[in-house]
Formats: sequence, C-alpha cells, structure tokens
Amino acid sequence: MSASAVATGPGSVDELAAGLREVGYLPGESTALVSYLATRLGKPVLVEGPAGVGKTELAKALSAFLGRGLVRLQCYEGLDEAKALYEWNYRKQLLRIQSEAPGTGWQDVQEDIFGEEFLLARPLMTAITSTEPVVLLIDEIDKTDQEFEAMLLEVLSDFQITIPELGRIEAATRPVVLLTSNNTRELTEALKRRCLYLWLDYPTLEHELQIVSLHAPELSQTVAKKLVELIGMVRDLDLKKPPSIAESIDWARTLLLLGADDIDAETFRQTMSVIVKHRTDLDVVAERVGVKLTGLGG
Amino acid sequence: MAPAAPRPGALYGGLPEPGPPGMSARVLEFGEELRGEGVAIGTSELLDAFAVLEEIDWRSAPGFREALAATLAKSQEDRRIFELVFERFFFRAVEQAAVREGVREEGGIDAGAAGEADLDRLREQIARALADGGESAMRDLARLAIAAFGRQGEGSGVIGVDVQRIRRALGLRSEPQPELPGDDPRRPGLPREALRRFEAILRRELERAQIERTETLPPSRPLNELDRALPSGPLQDLAAVHRVVAQLKRRLATEGLQARGRRAHRHVDVRRTMRASLQTGGVPVVLKFRPRRPRRPEIYVLCDVSTSVTSASVFFLSVLHALHDSFRKMRSFVFIERISEVTDTFERERNFKAVSEAIARDAGVADVSGYTDYGRVWSEFRTLVEDDLHPRATVIVLGDARTNGRDPRADIFAEVAARAGRTFWLNPEPRLYWNYGDSVIAAYERYCRAFECWTTRQLEDFVRALTRPEDGDRLSA
Repeated sequence: MSASAVATGPGSVDELAAGLREVGYLPGESTALVSYLATRLGKPVLVEGPAGVGKTELAKALSAFLGRGLVRLQCYEGLDEAKALYEWNYRKQLLRIQSEAPGTGWQDVQEDIFGEEFLLARPLMTAITSTEPVVLLIDEIDKTDQEFEAMLLEVLSDFQITIPELGRIEAATRPVVLLTSNNTRELTEALKRRCLYLWLDYPTLEHELQIVSLHAPELSQTVAKKLVELIGMVRDLDLKKPPSIAESIDWARTLLLLGADDIDAETFRQTMSVIVKHRTDLDVVAERVGVKLTGLGG
Repeated sequence: MAPAAPRPGALYGGLPEPGPPGMSARVLEFGEELRGEGVAIGTSELLDAFAVLEEIDWRSAPGFREALAATLAKSQEDRRIFELVFERFFFRAVEQAAVREGVREEGGIDAGAAGEADLDRLREQIARALADGGESAMRDLARLAIAAFGRQGEGSGVIGVDVQRIRRALGLRSEPQPELPGDDPRRPGLPREALRRFEAILRRELERAQIERTETLPPSRPLNELDRALPSGPLQDLAAVHRVVAQLKRRLATEGLQARGRRAHRHVDVRRTMRASLQTGGVPVVLKFRPRRPRRPEIYVLCDVSTSVTSASVFFLSVLHALHDSFRKMRSFVFIERISEVTDTFERERNFKAVSEAIARDAGVADVSGYTDYGRVWSEFRTLVEDDLHPRATVIVLGDARTNGRDPRADIFAEVAARAGRTFWLNPEPRLYWNYGDSVIAAYERYCRAFECWTTRQLEDFVRALTRPEDGDRLSA
C-alpha cells in the first residue's frame, strides 16, 4: 500500500487513515480528511491545538506513511530568513576571493561567488529544492514574528524562493507542508488564507483508549480504560499544564513497569508525577482526583 | 432530486446556472451567511472550498462538513461559528426545499401511537440510548418524547424552554441519582456529551415540527452576540477564564515585541558600538542600539463588585494581575458602597478562584447596603491616593455606572481624572444600555475614555491600548 502511496499519493481518505494507523498514528476523522486533502490539493495545512495532542507527530507519521523525508523548521522568536531560507557562505566566498589568481576580472569572481556552490540551504530551501518529495514541518509558527510570516507567503503559495543574486528557485517537487501553532498569537489573515485549517483537540475517551492500547498493548483493557478516564478528569481541572497524549502513554508504560493491575489511590499518588509536572498542579490533582479515587474505595 | 424550482434570492443578482442543481450556489450562499456572522471569507477560501468538494465524496455529511470547515473556518472561534451556521444553514436549506415541495416527513414512529407508550418505558429507553450513544435511536426517541410530552401540555412556543422542559420531565441528568433502582441507566448519571447531543436533536426536531405546522421558516437571526461573551455567570467556567488570561498574556507579550520592532526609531548606544568596533579594528561597522522599553504605566484600578458586575470585575482584575509585570506599579481597589484596597490579595493569591473568594470575604467591608454609591467612592478614593496620583498614572474604573439614584458626584471624578494622566472607564454593559435607567455614564464619559467591555475581544483590545506606547507620551519609564 505505501509503495503506491509514494508514487501517487493516497487514493482515498480511508486509505490514508489506514496508512497512518499502520505507522502508529491514530488519526481522528477530520485529521485524516484534512491530511488527505492536503496531499491532493498540495495546500499547506495549519494545525492548531493545545500542546501535546500530536500535531508534530502527525507530520512525522505522514512522512513515514508517504515514504517522504521530513524537513523540520523549528520556529522561535527572532528566527530570520538567514536561518530559515538560505545564507551565503561568506567564509567560503572570502576564501574564493583570496585564492584568486591575479588577472581574473571582477566579473568572473562575482558570478562565481554568488553561485549555488556558496549557498547554504536552510530548511525551507532544502524542502523546496529537494529532488525527492518531502514533508515540510514548520513547527510552532506562532513563536515567530509577523515579518517572518510574510516571508513564508511566497514559499507557501507558490512553492518558490526568490534570491536577489540568483533569481527565482522553484520547487522541483511539491512538499506536503504542515504548520503547527499553539495559538499563542493570532496568525495573519494572509497566511491563513493560504492554508487548510485543522483544529486538533484532546481525543475523545474511546480514541485515546485506542491510542494507549496501541502504544502499550500489554496493559489490560480495564486499567487502560480507567487510565484514560482519569486523564480526562485531570484535563478538566484548571491546570498550568494539562497532560498530553504522550504523557498518557508514558503513564501506561509506567504502570506496566510497576506491574500495577489497578489504579488505586496509592498507585495514583506514586505515579501521578508522570502526567502532572508542576508543583501547584500536583497539589490540585492530588486533592481533587486522588480523593475521588479513595472515595471509590480504591 | 426534483427539478430545480425557481431559486429565491439568487446571489449577486443571479448566477450562471450551475450544473448539478444548486450545489455551488448553496456553498456560495453559505459563505455569504458566514460573512454575515463576521467570519472573514475571501474568494480564495471559496475557491478552495470548491476544490475540496471535488476531492471528497460530499454525500457523506461529516466529510462534507469537515472539508468545508478546513477551508472556510480558520480559527477555533471561526470554527465554532461555522458549526452553528452550518447547522442552521443546511438544516434550513433542507426544510426550505421540503416546504416548497410540500413534503412531509414520514416518521419511522407513529406519533399517534406514542401517546399510549407508557412514559416510564420511554424514559428508560432514552436513558439507555444516551448511555450507549446511538445517533439514530436517539433521533427516533426524541420524536417519541416530543409527541408524548407535547400531548401533556401545550408547548411554551419557545423552543429552548421546551427542550429543557422535556429533559426535566424525562429525568435526564448528568449527576448520579442514587434514589433510582439499581438497574436504571440513569442511576450513575448520564454522560454529559450524550445529553448535549440529545438536547440538540430535540431542538432540531422541535424546529422541524414547528416548520411543518406553520409551513413557513422561522426568520434566520444572527447568532446571538452574547454567545461569545465574557463569563458573566457566577464564576461558572474557571478553566475557560484561565485559558483566556493565559492566552491574553502570551499574546500581549509578543505584541510588545512587534511594537518595538515596528517603531524602529532607535538611539545608538555609543559605548556598546565602540566596544563592538574593536573587532573590526576600531571601525564601527555594526551599530549597537539602545533597547526600546515598552510603556510600563502605573495603574490604579477601581472595580465595582456589586452583584450585577462582580464576575466581570474579578475577571478583569485577575487579567490585570496576570499582566502585572507589564506595569511598573499597580494598585487595585474594589468598591460597592465604600472602597477597599485589594492589591495584597492579588499578590498573595495566584489562583483566580481563591482571589474571588478572598474578595468576597475581605472586601465585605466595602458593602453596607449592597448598593453602589459612586459619590462616596470617589471622595474616598481621592483621599486614599491623592498624594500618589501624577500625570504618568493611569486610572481605570470598571463599573456599570448605575448609581441607584444617588448623586454621581462627577465633579470629584473630574478632579481625580485631572490629576491622573489617563483615565479609562470599562463598562461591562453593551453600549445599547448605557444611560438608560439609572446609568449615568454620560456624566463621567466627559472626563475619561469609556470602553464597552463584555467580550474577551473587547477586553483584549483595551489591554492592548493600555500597554501600547503612545505618541506624545514618549517619556515612558
């Protein structure tokens, strides 16, 4: 299946969903649909949602399923085009000038040092120029400033980069682009306009149960069920950092290691630091959820 | 599908006749409807929507909805509006066609027979369906329930009221009901999610019944603005409040950076430039600039905490305190009949809930009769801070300016405003209600800038205005 997927892209939403499942990612209905549309239309997808719901994982899973390399650009405050697009390798340029034999004209040198040989490709450039199609992940786009977003527009809508000294570089192959955002700031309309939008939220109980069972298959169903219910309860509390899916899985594995066959108040107290990672949060959770467990009679 | 009847209200004075009857026109109309609700939809979004519809099997409802949502609704807020409008629009589209064609739905269940079905069994069936969560079963049962309860007494005519009435009559609750017998599925409490779904189905079925009865469509109304309002109930949704605050804080933090970047008027830092020039043999190649400092105003906040505006006030206070590092100094006061300072409370307590409890407890001194007395509050405030107020201070008042018939004493307020550099008034009531009844905001508005502030968006705008460096106000700390 994935051999054909490499050549032509998935043929239907179900095929893509099945493929993602094969590589260990359980997509929700809309996730599969939007990813499918992205591969068909060649449009970037803007994935928003709280931290730890598998936004980045989705990109990894897509790259595994489609058999494409993953190019990742981690955004941060102050990221600029020299680090995201390209940079001239000026050290090499200097060397080139210094090692110049006397008599060569300036024209030759200039043409030479602004050639591709002296260009340092950064993630976006790599993704665009790659001869093999790739999956491009622009992670946490909301961490950058608006100027950077504006710079991305050319890449995202036309899949090309303009370098003043070289001219326009067009994409040899169309990458599948995913942008993730934690919604810490409103992204510009222009950027959103160019993207499909996918909101990823915490999974429903059943969905999370499937995810946990997939990653910790040895855990008994009853414990796994109780685990996701507890996680749901903890997420409903007003916490600084609610537990992510990855932490549910970690917790399941921890329970396996401890050989726990039930989550009682004692086990919960001992292991809750796996899912709650803030001192004040720990107090709140111990108070609200731990007590409830005791109340149920362990 | 029936041959295309003359379509009422074609868009843009008539579209080229589309191939399959009405699909693309429907999508355009849907886009128009979304625009009407304030979702920014450009032509490119609509083009995307069409492109997407070609890729999917749009006969499956969830796929159709998700595909449209992915192209049209580009934020969580938009998505929420999208869901509401989608429901309303496509439901209406179906009903409109039905009214036109004179189609009546043949229900799977004979409503006449429903009267005989005994209520207790119906209750139990519904509860069981809710616990299992079968969609089509729920729909049938919703109809049965409407038929059964419609018979008992006349509907109130207001669909929302009827829905709640039926739900109560069925005894469907999310809390455990230990008084029920052991095998009743309602005993451990029903899943909240399923209850909400059932209510939505009830609402739809009631609307459908109404349309069939009257053979007209109810007028479509813009979604109630209040659906998107600030939490106003008694602290009902703490987590939501907290999320808003956290988000606001992060947004403002990045906002400040942008302001600094955009206003690139900067001063060269000579000392650092000279030092850096040593690398290049004393030639100052790279200029070093002094960092720009954002405006860090000194803030005095006065919040009305009488029952009508408590939650808005406490919410607002906690927002400001969450942002306290953006201000040089901040003192907060709450008042009802008298004024009392709560700065310490906020410094001690980081937790929204604890703060509101502490205010309710300690600030009780501010409350004697329970009626706001603005005149007294101003004079007390003046006495408290007279010596500290100066032109770089900002005074913010949050209240509904309802004096309960007492003297507003705008003259004292004017004095306070004159001493302070800037004075803002936040009114948690929509502007529509200003100056009606005992609201005297006009008397104060002459001395300050008044904002209406009853949605998170408005609040965010205000906080932004507050922290943005202003021209003519260059001397920021």
